[in-house]
Amino acid sequence: MELSGGEIIVKFLKDEGVEFVFGYPGGAVLHIYDAIFQQDDVRHILVRHEQGATHAADGYARATGKPGVVLVTSGPGATNAVTGIATAYMDSIPLVVLTGQVALPFIGSDAFQEVDSVGITRPCVKHNFLVKRLEDLAETLKKAFHVATTGRPGPVVVDIPKDVTDPGIKIPYEYPQEVHMRSYNPVVKGHPGQIKRATNLILSAKRPMIYTGGGVVLSNASQELTEFTRELGYPITQTLMGLGSYPATDRQFVGMLGMHGTYEANMAMHECDVLIAIGARFDDRVTGKLSEFCPHAKIVHVDIDPASIAKNVKVDVPIVGDVKLVLRDLLAELRAKGKQPDAEALDAWWAQIEEWRSHNCLTYDRDSELIKPQFVIEKLWEVTGGDAYVTSDVGQHQMFTAQFYKFDKPRRWINSGGLGTMGFGMPAALGVKLAFPDDEVVCVTGEASIQMCIQELSTAMQYRLPIKVVNLNNRYMGMVRQWQEFFYESRYSHSYVEALPDFVRLAESYGHVGMRVEKPADVEGALREAFGMKDRLVFLDFITDQTENVYPMIAAGKAHNQMHLAPQCKAPQSSERELA
Amino acid sequence: MRHIISLLMENESGALSRVAGLFSARGYNIESLNVAPTEDPSLSRMTIVTTGSEQIIEQITKQLNKLVDVVKLKDLTAGEHIERELMLIKVRAEDATRIEGFKALVANYGGKIIDESEDICTAEITSDGVTLDRLLSEIDRDDILETVRTGASGIFIGARSLRI
Repeated sequence: MELSGGEIIVKFLKDEGVEFVFGYPGGAVLHIYDAIFQQDDVRHILVRHEQGATHAADGYARATGKPGVVLVTSGPGATNAVTGIATAYMDSIPLVVLTGQVALPFIGSDAFQEVDSVGITRPCVKHNFLVKRLEDLAETLKKAFHVATTGRPGPVVVDIPKDVTDPGIKIPYEYPQEVHMRSYNPVVKGHPGQIKRATNLILSAKRPMIYTGGGVVLSNASQELTEFTRELGYPITQTLMGLGSYPATDRQFVGMLGMHGTYEANMAMHECDVLIAIGARFDDRVTGKLSEFCPHAKIVHVDIDPASIAKNVKVDVPIVGDVKLVLRDLLAELRAKGKQPDAEALDAWWAQIEEWRSHNCLTYDRDSELIKPQFVIEKLWEVTGGDAYVTSDVGQHQMFTAQFYKFDKPRRWINSGGLGTMGFGMPAALGVKLAFPDDEVVCVTGEASIQMCIQELSTAMQYRLPIKVVNLNNRYMGMVRQWQEFFYESRYSHSYVEALPDFVRLAESYGHVGMRVEKPADVEGALREAFGMKDRLVFLDFITDQTENVYPMIAAGKAHNQMHLAPQCKAPQSSERELA
Repeated sequence: MRHIISLLMENESGALSRVAGLFSARGYNIESLNVAPTEDPSLSRMTIVTTGSEQIIEQITKQLNKLVDVVKLKDLTAGEHIERELMLIKVRAEDATRIEGFKALVANYGGKIIDESEDICTAEITSDGVTLDRLLSEIDRDDILETVRTGASGIFIGARSLRI
């Protein structure tokens, strides 16, 4: 079969099993768009801004586990995509981003819409390629998908000069079934000696703690993690990225840890004697002050990326490998040993944890006449039966959702954890809805974040994607305002958003349904009404308490046992009220 | 601690910038870096001299290994190795005895004169970095027109090799 470069790209995507390409046309990719026009196998989703394309592909990838595919033009098309690429990179999400490039003879001449896409994206991709010969195109695309989806996943950019896709030049095409890269062979199987050492340490624990991250989700190891955790009976905490990979409604789950983690999770981290870290990378938002992180613990760390091990925290038993395979091996080794954890010590440890838990750190003022954001999330959880795909933007609403929407399944909680990209939530929700048209998809956002990619309401209309948008509108960049209240003596420098649009009319102008909710008593009814409209995008504008803060909070650079607790929370003896 | 990291990478455009970018993005030190194709033209060999604590060096080697273009990597300082660096040095001295002194010094360090005219003399010397520093310290700074150093290259002693 003889095909042009543009046709090869489209045919390859079909052969690779790609359902959707999120993109935006432009000069350098017109040949590719012409090839897309002449087929029905791969569906192109036209966004309104290239950032939206990357976030939508990212949301699709997070929800399905399959790589998200993006197609943008050269120059501004590529630079607009960079924020989304960096977002995917920080959270290890597999994306393949095809960027058009000026024709080869023009590269380096400052041609119209020329930018060094390979150079600009280098620090925020797993790898990138510039295709210089049509003969290399199919193989390079195969390598891109291979690199993006294996090992620690991540975004891969393929920069394609316009003349490589020239419809007048055709070459034989055959789908490359296999790919071999001598320089790229990720280790997936954990070292048996390390598995044995880890098992011994795990069984010797008196005050154990399991701490897991996004790696468990990425590795589809939820079931293995659940079995492992239940077998041991140990407490488990998860990072923002890990939520859902162990059921949040289970008793052994002590909540999220870190800066806005629960009192019981952070205290247990501080006091534990063996920490079992799985698919997590000891991010600063998780560890707090490194010199006082888990001061009593020996640490087992399982991760597929050797560079994540001992990067921030020294570990005692490192295991490089795919989380799913390593968990299976650990479980097999535990069962083969036939030894049980120290039941007496574990009982005492659980008693301590239950005491911490009894302080009910996620409490808030339930008698307020204003809508509390936490209340909206609790009701959202109820109304959706805890089973929706929930995307979020970045800030207070993101933390409230992580704390109050109890995710029982993996890949349901979709947010920008590492980069913290405002504007992520809505386009990501569109990607999720395309993948799961019959499931409820909600974007929880705030009035500041939503405006960063608001134009994608138009995309939602074009493709009839009836997501629900829950806008927690406090007329502030809430998290910025919170930090200014705590650390800048309430000098609210530029965190108040003036001249906000009327979101109801804005949603309506895009052809959607808009609803404003101003009283706590109306919250549940509004949610039920919105979710009742199965075929409409409903934008719910909840006017919330402007002064609400996210608690607990560990100030940057403080230790896990130095939490700032909600005013309603009973003051525990053992915690310092650092900021109160 | 000073470490010499030697690696083989795909001889492709942009490969060098990936390494250089990694060092600048993560704030690692580079004392010197050199790169050239090997006997297998699809592979380049790069030698990086860097400094840092053991923890930093461990991260550097892991991060380098993580680059998709890097095929294989060794920390030469972890084993017995030989380090060599080429220096070209050009001096000018109107006083003929100073030129003779320079030539004697170069001979003493096992180097050779590669260009000579009236009051100008250029020499090449191959040695390890410390020896080259010592040689330089023995020459009057005012006489030196320029020096060019390649940065260290290194190789393991004995049969141990960095190859695929």
